[in-house]
Amino acid sequence: MRRKERSTSRFAPATFQGLASNMWPVVTILDGTATPPRGGEWRAAPRPHFDWWVAKHLSARPCLARAPPPRCVPQADWPASWRERLVLTQDQPRGAGSKVEILDAKTREKLCFLDKVEPHATIAEIKNLFTKTHPQWYPARQSLRLDPKGKSLKDEDVLQKLPVGTTATLYFRDLGAQISWVTVFLTEYAGPLFIYLLFYFRVPFIYGHKYDFTSSRHTVVHLACICHSFHYVKRLLETLFVHRFSHGTMPLRNIFKNCTYYWGFAAWMAYYINHPLYTPPTYGAQQVKLALAIFVICQLGNFSIHMALRDLRPAGSKTRKIPYPTKNPFTWLFLLVSCPNYTYEVGSWIGFAIMTQCLPVALFSLVGFTQMTIWAKGKHRSYLKEFRDYPPLRMPIIPFLL
Amino acid sequence: THPLEESMWLVLAIAMVRFYMEKGTHKGLYKSIQKTLKFFQTFALLEIVHCLIGIVPTSVIVAGVQVSSRIFMVWLITHSIKPIQNEESVVLFLVAWTVTEITRYSFYTFSLLDHLPYFIKWARYNFFIILYPVGVVGELLTIYAALPYVKKTGMFSIRLPNKYNVSFDYYYFLLITMASYIPLFPQLYFHMLRQRRKVLHGEVIVEKDD
Repeated sequence: MRRKERSTSRFAPATFQGLASNMWPVVTILDGTATPPRGGEWRAAPRPHFDWWVAKHLSARPCLARAPPPRCVPQADWPASWRERLVLTQDQPRGAGSKVEILDAKTREKLCFLDKVEPHATIAEIKNLFTKTHPQWYPARQSLRLDPKGKSLKDEDVLQKLPVGTTATLYFRDLGAQISWVTVFLTEYAGPLFIYLLFYFRVPFIYGHKYDFTSSRHTVVHLACICHSFHYVKRLLETLFVHRFSHGTMPLRNIFKNCTYYWGFAAWMAYYINHPLYTPPTYGAQQVKLALAIFVICQLGNFSIHMALRDLRPAGSKTRKIPYPTKNPFTWLFLLVSCPNYTYEVGSWIGFAIMTQCLPVALFSLVGFTQMTIWAKGKHRSYLKEFRDYPPLRMPIIPFLL
Repeated sequence: THPLEESMWLVLAIAMVRFYMEKGTHKGLYKSIQKTLKFFQTFALLEIVHCLIGIVPTSVIVAGVQVSSRIFMVWLITHSIKPIQNEESVVLFLVAWTVTEITRYSFYTFSLLDHLPYFIKWARYNFFIILYPVGVVGELLTIYAALPYVKKTGMFSIRLPNKYNVSFDYYYFLLITMASYIPLFPQLYFHMLRQRRKVLHGEVIVEKDD
């Protein structure tokens, strides 16, 4: 935001431009920009007209003639909020407790009053104390904030460093039942793995009875099963051993939404690919080989990016750094894209769609692409906000385009 | 465009009434008004644009659901499945739609003119209590009547095997659509009831936020 240019005084030297150059301003402290003339210093020369002018205009408003010196107000006359701040910074001996009161953000009802809280206490510790009085609100469910409509405070924030008075007032909001990210990921990825295999082995009651437990005569169908299963096994192992999550939990209803999406699409795709009336790709083995190559390259790429992102962040921490390309060629996509893991993921699914030539797979790729683009744009925006020196060439998900 | 849409629905209503007075039966009613109806209902797509731009305070999702269900009924059911056009249920939902739309557009039109008679506001927020369920019943009965024809002809369906390894069965799609009325209708109905309480009774409704 541009600051408006405002002269600090009403009597800038410019107003004296109309006067003869031997008329030095009588009042020099008005805006401090007046400089003495070349080689000279301020001197009082006889200027009758000028003196008359000054007397006429300035004497009527003496307060503008001189900046008043600062007044020393005794502490007893300070406004209450000032006194409180002084008390917090000076009179509070180290080691004595702060007080924290927690109010409901919507109803402003007093929920909890904590006495003798360590000033060095973190929000996480306060959440634990709050849980003792309200056990149904475990820490993951609590959102504490300084302003009822403001942003949530982080667990690492220290009470002493927050802009609060002697008694800190925190507003509480219930985030609803929470479930850990790891649990959600494991459930939503195990489903497709299992469901696809049900269709692959043609378990009874899916296709006609004469097809029960039969096997497809097309190689591409077996290949598709291997690829699909490999993809989800990779995701499960990454969830267990590779990913480092910044948030511990997410709202419980997400698990239903996510599982419906993954499991539903997996069943829909698997039904057609493993159908007895499945039609192999139009261009035959060539198309399958090309698509398989795309799929494998993108899977390797996706895995490399996950490893690179993991190495950015030490175990147990929540630090955020700009990701850069490493020696691994797959990570060189970081030069062009903020979230190459999503780029490779879309690529894998496009490869799978070409390999199976199945419209539901293409639709799944499209929906996934839409969602990942939204995530990538958000991530890109937060990178730009957080890091001033973020590489400008990078786009969120598609190099140069999106 | 609100005055325009208002007059369109009035024209439709008058045409329907005239037909009934002349012929004394609802058979053939649909046929006589179908062109007008299709044109007007497709014109309602503009509603969504209005919501997107923001000149109408309705949310895009609510308007979107409303308009798409109308378009679905007109084009995918009554236009495409000729045998059901003389069903009573068609008249049922046509009447419900016509009256609803006339009150709704006159409400918007008068709001634009800043001269809203209380009666119009009252009508808009009270008629739906009867008309909405009536319209839904009409629509559902019509779809139900259409099911045998759809199954017999296999219309709008793709069967296996085909090059893109996909299939679509319009019959099951209609069944799922009918089932989807169960969660969707109460949501829209209670939304309108909440609006009614806010507007007519001045109640302040505290929105539950997530």
